[in-house]
Amino acid sequence: MAITERPTDTETHELEERWEDAPGIPGFFNTVDHKRIGIRYIYTAFVFFFIAGALALVMRVQLAQPNAGVLSPESYNEFFTMHGTAMIFLFNTPVLAGFGNYFVPLMLGSRDMAFPRLNAFSYWIFLLAGVFLFSSFVVGHPPNGGWFAYTPLTSKPYSDGINIDFWGLGVIFVGISTTVGAVNFIVSIFKLRAPGMTLNRMPIFVWSMLVFSFMVIFAVPAVTVAAGLLELDRLFGTAFYDVAGGGSVLLYQHLFWFWGHPEVYILFIPATGMVSMIIPVFSRRPLAGYLWVATALVTVAFISFGVWVHHMFATGIPALALSFFSAASLIITLPSGVQFFAWIATMWKGVVRFSTAMLFAIGFLLIFLLGGITGVMVAVLPFDWQVTDSYFVVAHFHYVLNGAVVFPIFGALYFWLPKMTGRMLDERLGKISFWTMFVGFNVAFFPMHILGFLGMPRRIYTYDSGLGWDGLNLLISIASFVFAAGALITLYNAVRSQFRGAPAPPNPWDADSLEWSTTSPPPEYNFAAMPVVTGRHPLWDEPPERIETAGDDATTRALGVAGALDKTMPVSEGLDARPQDVLGIPSPTYLPFVAAVGVGLLFVGLLVEAAVIGVVGVVVGASAVVRWLWRTSENLS
Amino acid sequence: MTGSVVRIEPVPRTRGYPTAWWGMVVLIATEAMVFLALLSAYFFVRAGAPAWPPPGVSPPELHRSVLFTVVLLGSSIPIFWMEHALGRGRMRQVAICLAVAFVMGAAFLANTAYDFLNMEFGLGDNAYASLFWVIIGLHAIHVALGLLMSATVQAKVWTGRVTPEHHVTPEVFALYWHFVDGVWIFVFVSLILSPHLGR
Repeated sequence: MAITERPTDTETHELEERWEDAPGIPGFFNTVDHKRIGIRYIYTAFVFFFIAGALALVMRVQLAQPNAGVLSPESYNEFFTMHGTAMIFLFNTPVLAGFGNYFVPLMLGSRDMAFPRLNAFSYWIFLLAGVFLFSSFVVGHPPNGGWFAYTPLTSKPYSDGINIDFWGLGVIFVGISTTVGAVNFIVSIFKLRAPGMTLNRMPIFVWSMLVFSFMVIFAVPAVTVAAGLLELDRLFGTAFYDVAGGGSVLLYQHLFWFWGHPEVYILFIPATGMVSMIIPVFSRRPLAGYLWVATALVTVAFISFGVWVHHMFATGIPALALSFFSAASLIITLPSGVQFFAWIATMWKGVVRFSTAMLFAIGFLLIFLLGGITGVMVAVLPFDWQVTDSYFVVAHFHYVLNGAVVFPIFGALYFWLPKMTGRMLDERLGKISFWTMFVGFNVAFFPMHILGFLGMPRRIYTYDSGLGWDGLNLLISIASFVFAAGALITLYNAVRSQFRGAPAPPNPWDADSLEWSTTSPPPEYNFAAMPVVTGRHPLWDEPPERIETAGDDATTRALGVAGALDKTMPVSEGLDARPQDVLGIPSPTYLPFVAAVGVGLLFVGLLVEAAVIGVVGVVVGASAVVRWLWRTSENLS
Repeated sequence: MTGSVVRIEPVPRTRGYPTAWWGMVVLIATEAMVFLALLSAYFFVRAGAPAWPPPGVSPPELHRSVLFTVVLLGSSIPIFWMEHALGRGRMRQVAICLAVAFVMGAAFLANTAYDFLNMEFGLGDNAYASLFWVIIGLHAIHVALGLLMSATVQAKVWTGRVTPEHHVTPEVFALYWHFVDGVWIFVFVSLILSPHLGR
């Protein structure tokens, strides 16, 4: 049986029939297609991005002039808390997971993720957690303790009311989504690779999602515990962070930052993975130093678990410990530098084409350079003590989290949206959007470094005139609107492309990875017959003349069109990607949605302290999971 | 590179584990991190405390705890047996082993519930009590979840949905159950045994 066989017209028709979701509302709630889920992830995350961005703009209006009265001090606290919380938990992490969901199976040459139903569950949890967090605005009690919610400020005596509970429960809630997503990525990446795609032939974006997932698995439990103990203190009167009862407030910071610093790299690593895909394609050559870059990703991930105390330099920890964490923080620049030089070398040796996606990647390089340099500066103890809690820190982390993560994500949109929707984005609008965003970004955030040196503290809702801060603040506020306008141009461009965009060919950029071998958008089953990989760049490499298969067993069958007709996919051996087994792809089901609703009810029950709602949630969730296990096919062993 | 021939030879299926098994491995890794974070919190708070347990609180009861620890850890034996029997297609043994392990787990859970209802201090009296009961409680929730999974798997075995050739869920359940048992060793040594040491 040859596996390069093409489906006949009848077979194509039959494939479509078997893989198609139900139309309309049922299909919306019961789909398990990784592509639909991935797109939803991305769209939903962008909704939260624009809401959280609007919060920032209102804050900038408030800060444009001294003693302005746009926001009360209380509202200002709520706005910056929700801005940070939403950007980290509801935009950055899920949008990367969304791109991963859509593209990892395609890049691997697989027909879906390893656990399609878990994938749907992960999305529904994310959506409900986002709605949960933002519903705090509807009831008039948004979280107001900062995105890190330090205790004792957030403990019951100092923050009565359910504001903080929205945060504490919401963070645990959305963490469930991130965690199950990571489980899915790890197993998919190890077990669902196309024949021949050994580990050292995986696209760098897949590597970055693998590292992302491992970091999530080991880091997210810490924030779950931090927020969980906070909520136990608040709801059930425990004494974890209550000093009078023998608890410790520093414990919270340790737990929070044990997740918090790796989280920076959880966001940053997939963003660099996107850049490592975009730069080679538009430089017309393979990435320089593939193995070095892959190794750098893994190294950064390891080191990032040993630097969390650099967020706590000002808490009075012994000097020896501080020195250790300072040194570790400086070391992390080495693997980051390796990646940086790999990108420069790729462009240097290549022929660069300045498409919009490439512009965003190059803009990222410049912004990341600045954010990296200020990162080295704040890793040095005496310097950190001078600028901590000032606008210098605000500037630093916006260069890293906004510049070095959001720019690659916008680049990825221009690069991959045509594949997802089948419509090209307008390059002219794209370039206008890039330059507006790039100028707006730098004019908005660079002066914040200077404001920090001038002594302007973080999180203040206003300031007096005559401190020398007036002009810069006005400039920053104006520029922040320019940045927002740039982002809105891309939004317009994306919407416009659906009606007026040119149809996207399968491989508009002449790129090298497997997702470009499918139509745009790809068929529901991704690949009728599995692709066979003989090198790192499947679409650039010379295809093999002939592919032979050994036998006529079930695994070989799954590789071909027959496997797609059966709704199965081949499972490969973890390391060298030789096919080994067959995995059935589940039919559409409402169970993930029902299970997520059960979890949601549990959190609502805890929030309003109504045991009945919580118990109903547990019963609904547990019933759905039992049913799920019950229906899990046993035909694989 | 003309004339290149790629030959694809499937690896025998008997090698390696199903995807669901690997999923459980990763899930267990993240669960283990939850317990690691909580036990770290326990020792962090303990290191800063002048006396542990705090004055007026007696160290945890030992004899009954040891007995039920043996019961819980012992429940892994029928599960190992079950895994062995699965491979040989002895479905009657599978059903019996699952039932025995279920009863042992339930006994352990009942003992924890008894302790919880008869505790001499409140959850919020001090950080010691909070740490003790939240960690023990979280483990108990894991045992309860394991029992629920076990019940589902047993029902599948009785109704013939698990066959000698097709048996992913019992294997995955077995892995989870061994984790719940294994993590108890750390919880038991840290929370129940160690306050007795050096006294």
